[in-house]
Amino acid sequence: MNIRVNGETQVLAEGSVTVARLLDIQQVESPDMVSVQRNGDFVERDNFGSTLLAENDEIEFLYFMGGGACGCLGVRC
Amino acid sequence: MELSDSYLERYSRHILLHDVGVEGQEKLSAAKVLILGAGGLGAPVALYLAAAGVGTIGILDHDLVELSNLQRQVVHFTRDIGAPKVDSARQKMLAINPELIVKTYQDYLCAANIREVIDGYDFVVDGVDNFPTKFLINDACVMAGIPFSHGGILRFDGQTMTVVPGRSACYRCVFRTPPPSDAVPTCSQAGVLGAIAGMLGTIQATEVLKYITGVGDLLTDTLLSFNAKAMTFRRVAIKRQPACPVCGERPTITKLVDAEQSVCDLKR
Repeated sequence: MNIRVNGETQVLAEGSVTVARLLDIQQVESPDMVSVQRNGDFVERDNFGSTLLAENDEIEFLYFMGGGACGCLGVRC
Repeated sequence: MELSDSYLERYSRHILLHDVGVEGQEKLSAAKVLILGAGGLGAPVALYLAAAGVGTIGILDHDLVELSNLQRQVVHFTRDIGAPKVDSARQKMLAINPELIVKTYQDYLCAANIREVIDGYDFVVDGVDNFPTKFLINDACVMAGIPFSHGGILRFDGQTMTVVPGRSACYRCVFRTPPPSDAVPTCSQAGVLGAIAGMLGTIQATEVLKYITGVGDLLTDTLLSFNAKAMTFRRVAIKRQPACPVCGERPTITKLVDAEQSVCDLKR
């Protein structure tokens, strides 16, 4: 199955691949730090394990990114 | 208003731009912009907005300048170590442009004070390093209808997105809830290449100037990310989510709360 992940074509050897499995295949270290878009729509985190990918899916992994200043925060970092 | 020769000369390179002109420069002079965080992102934003002649600039940060800040927080100098970051930033901004009004807030940002802090500003720049606060900024700005620029940097990567409440996707449309705190690497743990703070911060400053002058197309409904190792930039289109808990059709977040116990609570 061919899909595109962050704009790059990926060939998946397995037949039925969920979003959770794809995160695993792509060796995403912290799945909690990723928001996943499939063909322009966000996949709810609770559905990562049940959402099956299809041929030519366009997948985007969008990573949480902090950065900037620490001293203006309501919570310590 | 009669514009002085020094005004026309100082801003001549803006005024020469057909899209900006005297009219755009006067919009900048009349604008009020708030920078949340006087760190890696806030530093270049503060310098460029001051240079650009944004008339009123607010800057919030609780911290004092530390030696480890100087690798990327270019508004602070070695001699400023130990001084409040907001005072250090204000001094440099006024040295660049003495005609500005620079308001400083040496405070933490939390649910109890954010509404009051952002009130009256035309645009807010998120330069904070902590997800609960990023979500708080998003929610408060969406509720108050104040546009803002989200920015984040880590290691060799950066991301930014401009949010115009009611018109474009918000931060919660992309990232529904803050990540679990044990999953989060911060710059102080993971490191960050100093110059990427400038790369990202100057994009945020550019968005401010575009918003105020009405020039060009804002980075709305788009998450722009870059990786400085490969020096690749990528834009991902984001749709406003009808199910978004803060800007969606049936918002479930209607008041501001701190996601975790905050320093603000501890202070009380």
